[in-house]
Order: sequence, then structure tokens, then C-alpha cells
Amino acid sequence: MPESETFLTSRRDRNAVSLVCRSWYRAEAQTRRELFIGNCYAVSPRRAIDRFRCVRSLVLKGKPRFADFGLVPIGWGAHFSPWASAMAAGYSWLEKICLKRMSVTDDDLSLLALSFPFFKGLTLICCDGFSTAGLAVFAEKCRHLRLLDLIEDYFEEEEYEVVDWISKFPETTTSLETLGFDCLPSAVNFEALEALIARSPALRQLRVNHHVTVDQLRRLMVRAPQLTHLGTGSFRSPEEGEGMEHEAPLVSAFAASRSLVSLSGFREVASQFLPAIYPVCSNITFLNFSFAEITAEELKPVIRHCHNLQNFWVLDTVRDEGLQAVAATCKDLRELRVFPLDATEESEGFVSDVGLTAISEGCRKLQSILYFCQQMTNKAVLTMSKNCQELVVFRLCIMARHLPDHHTGEPMDEGFGAIVMNCKKLTRLAVSGLLTDKAFGYIGKYGKSIRTLSVAFAGNSDMGLRYVLEGCPKLQKLEIRDSPFGDPALLSGIHHYYNMRFLWMSSCKLSHRGCEDVAQRLPRLVVEVIRDRPEAEDEAVEKLYMYRSLVGRRNDAPPFVKIL
Amino acid sequence: MEEEFRGGRPQLFDFITNGRDWSDKGGYGAAEEKSLELRLGLPGGEDWSAVQEKREHPAESAVSPGHIAKIPKSTNMSASSGAKRGCSDAVDSKPEGTLADKPTAAAPVVGWPPIRSFRKNLAGTAKASAESPNRRSEAEKKLENDRKGLFVKINMDGIPIGRKVDLKAYDSYEKLSLAVDELFRGLLMAAQMDLLAATTHSTKETHVISGLLDRSGEYTLVYEDDEGDKMLVGDVPWDMFVSTAKRLRVLKSSDLCASPLSPGEIGRRTNDS
Repeated sequence: MPESETFLTSRRDRNAVSLVCRSWYRAEAQTRRELFIGNCYAVSPRRAIDRFRCVRSLVLKGKPRFADFGLVPIGWGAHFSPWASAMAAGYSWLEKICLKRMSVTDDDLSLLALSFPFFKGLTLICCDGFSTAGLAVFAEKCRHLRLLDLIEDYFEEEEYEVVDWISKFPETTTSLETLGFDCLPSAVNFEALEALIARSPALRQLRVNHHVTVDQLRRLMVRAPQLTHLGTGSFRSPEEGEGMEHEAPLVSAFAASRSLVSLSGFREVASQFLPAIYPVCSNITFLNFSFAEITAEELKPVIRHCHNLQNFWVLDTVRDEGLQAVAATCKDLRELRVFPLDATEESEGFVSDVGLTAISEGCRKLQSILYFCQQMTNKAVLTMSKNCQELVVFRLCIMARHLPDHHTGEPMDEGFGAIVMNCKKLTRLAVSGLLTDKAFGYIGKYGKSIRTLSVAFAGNSDMGLRYVLEGCPKLQKLEIRDSPFGDPALLSGIHHYYNMRFLWMSSCKLSHRGCEDVAQRLPRLVVEVIRDRPEAEDEAVEKLYMYRSLVGRRNDAPPFVKIL
Repeated sequence: MEEEFRGGRPQLFDFITNGRDWSDKGGYGAAEEKSLELRLGLPGGEDWSAVQEKREHPAESAVSPGHIAKIPKSTNMSASSGAKRGCSDAVDSKPEGTLADKPTAAAPVVGWPPIRSFRKNLAGTAKASAESPNRRSEAEKKLENDRKGLFVKINMDGIPIGRKVDLKAYDSYEKLSLAVDELFRGLLMAAQMDLLAATTHSTKETHVISGLLDRSGEYTLVYEDDEGDKMLVGDVPWDMFVSTAKRLRVLKSSDLCASPLSPGEIGRRTNDS
């Protein structure tokens, strides 16, 4: 038994195994190498470390996802420091850390670098609280670093505070395999970067930020022709209108990069340089054009070559026509994300039901879609539900709130209903547009595999939420905003909340009484009421965030958070 | 289901009244709204780090009383009507069968559409932006400073990671000096021990960092003012210092130039570390 446990990698399998009996529990605890904690407040650092003594890799998630959109006030929590301190004392074998939506300080970075002699990889996603000063210490002290990936993090430095962290990497040959800093607002020392790349023979993934020009990029590519993943920076030349002399060398650089499978960046793309990527198009499986303001005409010659594309992120500037071109070529597409250039409700809609329909007809293997648009029809959504049977993730954001089907004027109930009915593998759903309780009735009836549900400006009454809480047994993460669900609906989920990671409800119809009721009946649930205005002492609850926890209320809650 | 939807309608009129009262209160200065409009990002959709300020001062559209189709969808500020607003948004809008008519200017809602901040200022001005997507604007920072105290960054020679001090928490140079000593004493010792070989275990004696203000100590406290000049701390009245200091530094006294460039202004030797 214990031997086979070292081969089990899936955490869900391991969780099941640990329930069998005490000795299996212990054996499992001793052999678990990767620890995944989906909510940093569900367990204390001490407890996690005491149970799992041999962890090499940690994934830790903090703030609720709606924090990305400004709904969680500053200072709410998710501090990495207590974890860093506990692990520095408890684990010497730690090699990898991945943090998402945590507040990480420069001191934390320093502590990591100094405490773990075998540390190999750090990934920070949507984190905040640190600066280039922390990165400098980390780069300098982590002598065996293989991976440093900064993904969509927030930096708060002034220009004059920026530190030249790239220069701090070891002067000898490094073990670096992945270096990503495309979210960094400040420029890095380019000469130092080039030299670093030159002495990092293991480098496979490099993602630079928008300060890197196309010619600088070329120089880096020449140093690292073995790259598999490339974030291309600005992809323009600082000299407006010129830069033609950079085109041919750039094509050569791409032609020499025979291993490239992933391209991103294009932050300020000058379309004259796009043809340079043709040599690699037929090999790439991931193309991120979500910062590239290009038209359909500019996209077509590129996408025409991308037969093997599986993941495509794009701006809606390519319009329905661009999406039709994608549908015509990318028969292997698994994931599509269409982002809006202008994320407001009044912006001109560049993509619509036409683009969605085209994609559904051309890309039958589609598993995941995120689609921002100004208007949609039930028919297009229904069509997708029938054509794309492999859908696991369906996130449709009709940006104008409460907007009905723009052909029929009907609510979008039937479209979303078709999705949950026809897409049997669906685990993640985000809804939008005008939706009545009927839509939630469908979700409750058919969404038996749904784990994550995102609701905004939808529903008519408590019944909407009740359908979901009573009907979706696999529901783990539920985030709701601006929907008319009140205390009775909240209480209808009492039987299920211990099975969930969290529930978020903001600008709904909840009152303190209802939330207290839940808190009383479920002692292992932490019920946080978050106020936007400290002085408001109303009965109405602005924001509710509740989650199961083994350790009860946290001790770092700021004044605007009341734990019931 | 249809009945429930229709049943909700009588509530419609209550909420319109509430909504109108709430919107009439308005009450936020035009100056703040202007400062919001100057920013590149949308007022309602910035990243979480700036949201506190913006939620205090939502950009509001003018509300015409006859406009029933869409109640001003402002931010979650008014807690008492917040929950009701949420309901009214769903209930009142778009009765079944009619197409939406978009208002000319709905007040933006925080976090909608759900796009992360660094994707938000793409429309047109990505290139020449002095404000990069992942930073807060000057207006937001100023608002935060006014409300929350005056935090300035302070760095000390030999310690790679800076700290922040809240100048509003002190009322004199002496108190500031003591605070700086407390802040860095432990770190300085740790940094110095870092340099020692692992075999030597020195006793835990902590050196007080003193003489910051009178150049008598090993370190001297200096600051950079709003004009970028580097000044000795202590030369101007405290209140003036608080209002002009932008950042602090604790320098090795031996690194300071013997003769200042101008009264109060200091220079540094070129071979400092």
C-alpha cells in the first residue's frame, strides 16, 4: 500500500486514499509531494506542515476571484508571510511554490530565497505586494533557480524605486528554464538580460515585457534558438514608420526557432512585423494575440498557417470575420478567448453571435471558451451547445447588462439551458445577459457536473439560487453579484456549503440575520461580511464571502471584515 | 416561472423611488469626478488596488426621472440601498419581450465587465502611456495618502529591501529618528551577520542606530523632496518636512560630501556602494 501511494499523483485520489484508515492516512501524508491548497484560510500553515512533512511543491490560492475586478477592498488578506515563515521553519526540501491572488512582500521573497537551499521554481499569479527589490534579492540568493514566472501581478513602485534585478542573477551558467516577466511595468536592463539569456542554456520559456522592442527581441532569440515558449514584448520598433531594416533579420530569427510552440506578447504590435512569425505558425499550439489590436485582414494571413493551434487568445478587433477565419483553419482548437478592446457597455460590438456560430461550426473539438461581446442570440449559443460536445468551460460575457437575445428580445434562458443540457462534460459556467429564474432552473436540472458557476445581474427571485444550490451536487465555487437572491435562498444551501470551497455574494438581497443564521448552523464555515464603507452599520449585507475552514475565523481580518 | 417574474413587478416602483433618492444625494465633489475622468482606465473597472478610492467617489451620470428603463447603476457605495439596488437592477429592467434601449450614459459599475485592470486601457492609448497598466494613477495615490497617512519609502544602505514609514504618525524629528532606529536595527544586524562566515556566531548585541539627525552617528537620515533635491532631515520645520518629503534614505555618514551643494542640500561621494 505505502509503495503504491508514491505513484498516486492526483490530489483527489490521494484525498480518497487517506480516508481509508489511519495507516493509509499516515502513509499518504508522508508521501505527498505536491500540496494544493485552494483557499489559504481553509487550513493553517502549521496544520498543513504538520500533516504533510515531505512536500516539495506547494500551490496556494488566496483572494476570491472577484478581487481581480475590484470587488475586494485593499487589505482584505491572503498574506503569504505566515506561510513563508512556517515553511521556512518546517520544510527544507521545498522546491516549488505557486501562488495565486496572494499578497507577497519583498521580505517573503527574501525569506524564500534564504530558507530553501533546493528551491527551483516560483510562480506568482495575480499577486501583489512585492517589488523589483524583492525580485533582486530572490534572483541573487536562489542559486539553483529554474523557474521564475510572473503572471498578471500588480506592481506599485515608482520609477525611481525600480531595482535592476536582472543583473542580480548568478554570474555563472544558470539553471534557468523559464523566465517570465511580461506583466512587469518597468523596463529591465537589456544588456544584462541578453547576457543572462546567453548563459542560460536550459532556457525554454521566455516572456519579456512591453519595453522590449522588436530588435531587442531578435537579439534575445538569436541567443536562445531552443526556446519553446516566447513572449514577444512590444513587437514594434521605437522608430515610428521605420524599422524596415529589422524585418528580414526578424524573419530569420523566427525561422531559426524551430522549437517554438507558444507565442504571446505583441503588446503594441506593429503589423508590418507580423509576417515574421509565419515560419513558426504551423508548429504553434498556443497563440496569445489578446493585446494585439489587429484587424481581420491582419489576422487572416497569420491564422491561415496555424493548423495546429489549440489555444487562441485574441482581441475582438478581429471581428466576426476574423473568427470565421479561425474557424476555417484551426480545426484542432481546444480553447478560445475573445477579449474586448473597449471593456465598457457602450462600446461598439465587434464580435457577435455570428462569430460564435462560426467557431462552433469550425472548431468541433472546442473545450473551453471565454467570449466577450455586446450582444448575443439564443440560437448561436444553442448551436454551439450542439456542435461542441467537448465543452468543459463555457463563459459568455454579454457586456451590456440584462440584455436579451437581440433577435427575438427573449431572455437568454434557452441558450444557457441548451449549454447545460447538451454539454455533458461542462464543469465551469459563466452566465450573462437577461436571465430569469428559468435559466437557473435549467442549470439546477442539467448541470450535474458543474463545479464553478459565475452569475452577474441575473435572476428574478430566491428561486433562482435555490435551483442551483439544490440541483448541482458538484458545485464547489459559486460567485454571484448584483442578483436578487436573499436570505431564504442562502439558507437553502445549508446542506451543501461544507462541500464547497466558497460562496461569494455581493450586491444581492442578503441581510445580517440570514448570514448569522448560516454561521450558527454551520460552525465550520467562516462567514465574512465585507463592508465597503466602514461607517455603514446597516442590516443589509453588501458582500458575503463564506468558506469552509478547519481552523475557524482568521486572526488577520481587517476592520471592514466582520466574521459572524 | 412567468408568474414569478410578473409578480416581481409591483416592487418596481418602490425601487425607482429609492433609486432616485439615492442618486439625488450624489454629494461627491466635481473635482474628484474630474480627477477620475482624467485617468486612462475606466472609473468603475480599475484593479482592486485602486478600487477603494473610486468606490468612495463614483462617477455619476445625470439621472432623468422619467428614465425608467435603467436605474443609475452606480457602485456599491450606499449600503442601505445597495441590496435593494441589486434587486431593482434585475427586476425593473427589460420586461419580457422588449428590446433593451441603452441609456446614453449609465454610471459605470465597479468590476463590470469583468476584465482585469491591465487589459482595460487598451483602447487607443496603449503605446505612449506614462501610466503603465499595472500601476495606480497619481490621483488615486493621492487620495489614498490623504486618507490613510503619509507613507514614504525609506531605504537604508546595506539593506536591499526598503520599508515604508507613515510620516503622519510622528510629530517630531526625534520620534521619527527613534522609529527609524527600531525599523532597521534588527535588519541591519541580520544583514551584517550575513556577511560573517557561518562558523562565527557573534553574540546578539544590537547596536542602536543613533545620531541620525546631527551627523554624529554612523548613519545619517536624509530625504528627497518634491523637487528631487536631496536634503538633510531636520533642517526645516517638521510640518514643512512632512509635506515635501517624498522618500527617505539612511546613508552612511562617511558617504556624505563634506561640503553641501547648497544650504541643506547634500551630495554623495561618487564611490558609494
